[in-house]
Amino acid sequence: MTLARADQASRRYGDVLALDRVDLEVRAGELVGLLGPNGAGKSTLMNLLVGLRRPSSGRVELFGGDPRDPASRRQVGVTPQETGLPGTLRVGEVVDFVSAHYPDPVPRGELLDRFGIGDLVRRQTGGLSGGQRRRLAVALAFVGRPRLVLLDEPTTGLDVTARHTLWDAIRAFHDDGGTVLLSSHYLEEVEALARRVVVIGQGRVLADDTVDAVRGIVGVRRVSLLADELPELPGVVRTERIDGRLHLLTTDADELVRALVTTGTAFTDLEVRPTSLEEAFLAITGEDRPTAEGRPATAAARPTTV
Amino acid sequence: MQLALVHARYQLLEIIRIPVAVFGSAFFPAAAMIFFVVPFAGDDAVGATYATASMVTFSVMSANIFQYGVGVAEDRDQPWNPYTRTLPAGPAPRFAGRVLAGLALTYLSLIPVVVIGATLTAAQLTPAAFLLALGTVAVISVPFTLMGLAIGYSLPSKAAIVVAQVVFLPLAFGGGLLSAPGDAPGFIETIAPYLPTRGAAELMWSAVGDYSVEPLALVMLGVWVVLLAALAAWAYRRDEGRRFS
Repeated sequence: MTLARADQASRRYGDVLALDRVDLEVRAGELVGLLGPNGAGKSTLMNLLVGLRRPSSGRVELFGGDPRDPASRRQVGVTPQETGLPGTLRVGEVVDFVSAHYPDPVPRGELLDRFGIGDLVRRQTGGLSGGQRRRLAVALAFVGRPRLVLLDEPTTGLDVTARHTLWDAIRAFHDDGGTVLLSSHYLEEVEALARRVVVIGQGRVLADDTVDAVRGIVGVRRVSLLADELPELPGVVRTERIDGRLHLLTTDADELVRALVTTGTAFTDLEVRPTSLEEAFLAITGEDRPTAEGRPATAAARPTTV
Repeated sequence: MQLALVHARYQLLEIIRIPVAVFGSAFFPAAAMIFFVVPFAGDDAVGATYATASMVTFSVMSANIFQYGVGVAEDRDQPWNPYTRTLPAGPAPRFAGRVLAGLALTYLSLIPVVVIGATLTAAQLTPAAFLLALGTVAVISVPFTLMGLAIGYSLPSKAAIVVAQVVFLPLAFGGGLLSAPGDAPGFIETIAPYLPTRGAAELMWSAVGDYSVEPLALVMLGVWVVLLAALAAWAYRRDEGRRFS
């Protein structure tokens, strides 16, 4: 059974085409990762699926109905942006408020314990740490005993322990038969949770496949070194020279380094670094353009990505 | 309806947790009572009753313009608001809840004025007239609620605060709220009937005393309600179109 579906869905904001004829089907029992760099269209797709926005063309469906019809959302759980929790309300009050919208909500204590914030019931959300707020925000998606939850970047900015607590809760929900659509720009997160991953870039679906298959595509490394001239090397998808330094993007850094040493080429200052998703996809799709925010996609700035 | 009450309850909670916000809309009319009404009309039962009714009108106006104008504009900045629309309810309960909460807060902000009127002046009211006045407050809330909604839905929060502040004083003075009925300076008597504050004040005066309302002010009040409703509806639709379509 298909719980959420996008059928050639496009969304335009003025001149910007945020989503370009996207097809997506989320079936009951799946845990699907939606992977892509910032500005790729993940949030726009999520917003269409929960009825906050209307597609400019194409269709979206939730439980077979229009997501903009409240009845279609009865079995769906969504996470608010954690910065948006009403700061003066207590944690317990926020949960009670959301619970009031559902016929059979999870009891407050049980829900908060599941996310490791049971001791915060009386605290105002404005006084919580970023991690606590994030956990509360994710917990809210599960209040109404949903069959499908849509989690938009649930663990961005969390420390490792908090992230694992959340992952456990999401896995437990999935093991009980729940369906999850989770967006992230961390491949690691998608790898840890999902079997199936949908890669989005520049508003289009670039890949819809198993995690293993996608890891092969995005597992691009950047090998950089100082050398005058390089021979032909295996697995290089792109070469560039910046300030005298050679940067090679490759799908197999081990093989490349081995070949480099074997050829006996003189080089110094070898570095192997992961690339950002943006870089990986720009390399793969061969589209040379500045990233969405107009800044260069630097691998160093995103240590945990990919 | 049940959900509207839930939304109203939590919106009230949010506001009451920052008591200064409640205090704000009650302060100016209460201060005006103490500085203008108590010393000048305090001993005259009829005059004090009318003056108290004027201050009640003033309070209703400022409470509504600020609550809706600034409250709605601030809400629109918060990501919490779109989140509530992903719950299986849609925007209606939240809107209804806001209006209920607004009305509750309006009554709350009247307490200081009424208490001052009852204890420090000679103002007098029969229980029946008091109930009638309570009902009239809900009626005269309508134009100012609409005005607040129009401001809140059409402006960003920083601009909404300024506009709310700029609007409410001229409306109070121009409508003749700070003088006894028929006793305002000449030019104010001329413009007053054309302002929504005057029609509202006349309704309050007729609720608390032997006062017959001026038809022109009432007709104009009706015109204002229609105009402000159209403006508020336009601003609401435009905002919906920008953020949720």
